[in-house]
Amino acid sequence: MNALAQKPFVYDYANAACGSLRTRVGAAEAMLRASGALWLAAERALVVADLHLEKGSAYAARGQMLPPYDTRETLRRLAAEVEAVSPAVVILLGDTFHDRKSEDRLAADDAERLRSLARDRTLIWVVGNHDADGPRALPGETADELELAGLTLRHEPRAGLQPGEVSGHLHPAAKVKATGGSVRRRCFITDAERLILPAFGAYAGGLNVMDQAFAGLFARPPLTGALGIGRVHAVGWRSLAGD
Amino acid sequence: MADSAVPAADLLPQKFADWFAQRGWSPRAHQLAMIERAQAGRDALLIAPTGGGKTLAGFLPSLIDLSERPPPNGPSSLHTLYISPLKALAVDVERNLGAPIAQMGLPITAESRTGDTGLSRRQRQRVKPPEILLTTPEQLALLCAWEGARLYFETLECVILDEIHTLHASKRGDLLALDLARIAQFAPRMRRVGLSATVDDPEVIKAWMADHSPTKAGGGGNDSIDLVRGPAGAEPVVEILLSEGQVPWAGHTAQHAMQEVYDVITRSRTALVFVNTRFQAEFAFQELWRLNEDALPIALHHGSLAAEQRRKVEAAMARGELRAVVCTSTLDLGIDWGDVDLVIQLASPKGASRMVQRIGRANHRLDEPSRALFVPANRFEMLECQAAREAIAENKLDGDPPRVGALDVLAQHVMGCACSEPFDLLALYDEVRSAGPYRDLIWEDFEQVVDFVSTGGYALKTYDKFRRIVKGPDGLWRVRNLETAQRHRLNVGAIVSPAMLAVRIAMRGGRGGRKIGEIEEGMVEMLEPGETFVFAGQVWRLAAVTNLDVLVQPAPSADPKMPSWGGSKFALSTYLAKRVRQLMVDQAHWQVLPADVREWLEAQRDRSMIPGEDEMLLETFARGHRQFIVCYPFEGRLAHTTLAMLLTRRLERMGRGPLGFVCNDYALAVWAIKPLDQVDFAELFAEDMLGDDLESWLADSFMMKRAFKGAAIIAGLIERRFPGQQQKTGRQITFSTDLIYDTLRRHQPDHLLLRCARDDAATGLVDVARLGAMLARIKGRIRHSPLEHLSPFSVPILLEIGKERSPGHAGETMILKEAEEDLIAEALQ
Repeated sequence: MNALAQKPFVYDYANAACGSLRTRVGAAEAMLRASGALWLAAERALVVADLHLEKGSAYAARGQMLPPYDTRETLRRLAAEVEAVSPAVVILLGDTFHDRKSEDRLAADDAERLRSLARDRTLIWVVGNHDADGPRALPGETADELELAGLTLRHEPRAGLQPGEVSGHLHPAAKVKATGGSVRRRCFITDAERLILPAFGAYAGGLNVMDQAFAGLFARPPLTGALGIGRVHAVGWRSLAGD
Repeated sequence: MADSAVPAADLLPQKFADWFAQRGWSPRAHQLAMIERAQAGRDALLIAPTGGGKTLAGFLPSLIDLSERPPPNGPSSLHTLYISPLKALAVDVERNLGAPIAQMGLPITAESRTGDTGLSRRQRQRVKPPEILLTTPEQLALLCAWEGARLYFETLECVILDEIHTLHASKRGDLLALDLARIAQFAPRMRRVGLSATVDDPEVIKAWMADHSPTKAGGGGNDSIDLVRGPAGAEPVVEILLSEGQVPWAGHTAQHAMQEVYDVITRSRTALVFVNTRFQAEFAFQELWRLNEDALPIALHHGSLAAEQRRKVEAAMARGELRAVVCTSTLDLGIDWGDVDLVIQLASPKGASRMVQRIGRANHRLDEPSRALFVPANRFEMLECQAAREAIAENKLDGDPPRVGALDVLAQHVMGCACSEPFDLLALYDEVRSAGPYRDLIWEDFEQVVDFVSTGGYALKTYDKFRRIVKGPDGLWRVRNLETAQRHRLNVGAIVSPAMLAVRIAMRGGRGGRKIGEIEEGMVEMLEPGETFVFAGQVWRLAAVTNLDVLVQPAPSADPKMPSWGGSKFALSTYLAKRVRQLMVDQAHWQVLPADVREWLEAQRDRSMIPGEDEMLLETFARGHRQFIVCYPFEGRLAHTTLAMLLTRRLERMGRGPLGFVCNDYALAVWAIKPLDQVDFAELFAEDMLGDDLESWLADSFMMKRAFKGAAIIAGLIERRFPGQQQKTGRQITFSTDLIYDTLRRHQPDHLLLRCARDDAATGLVDVARLGAMLARIKGRIRHSPLEHLSPFSVPILLEIGKERSPGHAGETMILKEAEEDLIAEALQ
């Protein structure tokens, strides 16, 4: 933390009726949705990170038969978000596929679900470390990173302070302890300068935001938005615990 | 069949008769009976209390057989397999068996093999087995999953199953029964010998251990097992500590009675002080040492302590150097300690059978009575201790209901079979049904299990190319490749333990030093860095929690924080609960109780009411700004928690706005803002709550998720251990089983593992069967007592409010909301 951490910073946030948390990242207004998606209303853009499609079949190939429903479950949730906000553009913020062969393992109906996402709207695949080449046969534009609403959208957060960056990759999770129990949930994490999205994929795990991987990324003790049932809970740094 | 009709001289070879004579012993009737049964080629179950020479009775036939057979031509081969539920017991029996073998100069090798046995010894045992192998169910499952298992067990003559009563009604028991069926195929001559403590119904154990295959010579099933009973032994002398201080209203620590407990210890040779949880053990140990002016050697023994430390305590105990050991169920069975002359039970025993076991730990000589002292920690426990004492005096035990074998365990077993040799589907089906818990297994379930083992058993057939077991052109099923077999063997076993963290002394630079023991993750979560707690009998300050270690510093002078969960992990047994209800109704009986408890009962009678034996008392009253329903089903915390969840759902639907609930072993309380006395209680407690209400609540509950995780691990969907990674910890599962549960439930709700999880949750975690029996019992027998004020009975349960948080979604959302409020408060500062 730098000197900014010394003086109190009051985050600008509010709960919206739909359960989202409305806050600001840089100059942009951001709606952090309970599904883990980011809604940039001004641009009508829906952003989701780390879908990890076909993670189940990647494990099955190695002999661990996880249920083969992760792809359709993830796409079902994404379709529900698209239905809810009618975006003009859907941005997949990297690691959309779990590995480079995932696209080949995709079931026909799941591939069709992905194609239908690109109908009547722009679909952008920001590439990540698990899917560096982008899609081969599926529709949509491929990008390394993207400028939108004064924000830079990329998969992996850059080291140090990055005002205006929106990223994924780290799968942030927040843990809150209380007498008698604790809760660990996927979460958004922001310092009002940059934002890291939770993983959206059905089988994507979470990394505690107290982990070293998050060190040095924020200008001040960050605010987390923990995904609850039908709503995002704003949880301050002070209330968080390590694993 | 009890005593042998054949004279001892014809049964005992001279060498053995001399050995008995040299020790000044004579063989007991049940020992001779076991030899006779063996000579008749019969399977046998020996039921005898501790101290009756039970283990020797099991081994005598094998020792005689081995000493009389001609020396083998080739290398030694397995003759007798002994299975113990505890690693320590297998090692202990190895030592005890060594005495007669050495003293008679018998040419017999007997060796133990457990998870703690060194690698080189285990490898040697595979190539060159001892004649008598002493091991655990998990090691047996592993041996059965090795290639060459058939050859290894081919020569087996006898399998001895010790302490069956602790095993049969569990998943470990399912796995062991399946492995028994397996080795019976390999060793057609194998006899089954069961050893058990006194049980409520021996037929249940017979059914578990018997060979149920219709082709068994002479017919299988329960009739193929001869029952041999040992002598009854002297009646135990059980007393209840009628504390000079008052019996507390609530709590589980029995702190009020510690001085008296200490005084009793000073007057005894060696006392075992049993408690029900590890925290209670730490607490009692701490308290006793605070009072220990005579510096008596008092030790501590529980499952979280490092194995090495436990061994030290056991050794000191065996040498007779200790005056008392504070312990948990880790010392419920096994190791023979002649010097224990008193068993003290701190807080209530929860069941009569467990108590009989524990009392049996005192005085291993049959002709002298065992002595026990119950120390109730609160008033309801006083009733419970009294009921338990009377049950023991009448020789009434609570029994485990027979269980149906779990399908997740079967899945693990099927995979193990494929790892050892190719199998024929129909032959394996028959073999599995020869195991007691699986004798009624239907073909459809078996097929579903095999499909699960092969491809995961999904309706969406995308994994056919990734099969773990494959059917060859010869029609036999075999494991896909060596690597898959290897991974399976690393994950054998039906024990799923909670995530454990190592407790280590903090070193400079945040590193962990010497390991003191292991602690459950959930317990660590209740502590903040800087806080102090007792562990392994000392006070520590929590320095930090790293990935898998809890780093601590000694804090000898600090006053330790006592974590709030004091309750017992054992549920009050149905039988004991019934006796407590009977005791309450019978006012003439109250005179056995201490004055303050009697006055408490009288006050309850005068101000509210005492319910009849089959009635349920329900009280409504206001207190503070809250309106309470308190009812007293006496069915144990587990069943009450489930009931409370279902009641709050119903009250919610009735528009009564319930705000929270709390449960203990005897009662549950639900509260709301609006009055609750006009609720239709017959409707509220109607049996149909176990239909849709239960299913919809259960599907979302954390219990289902926990049960699913257990089933997924046992069935092999999730691997605990990987090749090259030896550390055992529940934390190292690479992804969240909750995510898998949610996805599977939406897309294939009838999947095998969801079925397993539901069955487990309904029996083990929420006790649906007991709840069903209770609802049926109280139908039309709810006694509503509308009150102005709280009643004497309600005080203990109201004192629990605020100590526990209700589990599940509601509780989790509450935690997150509180955290939000903290943030708002921070912003407003």
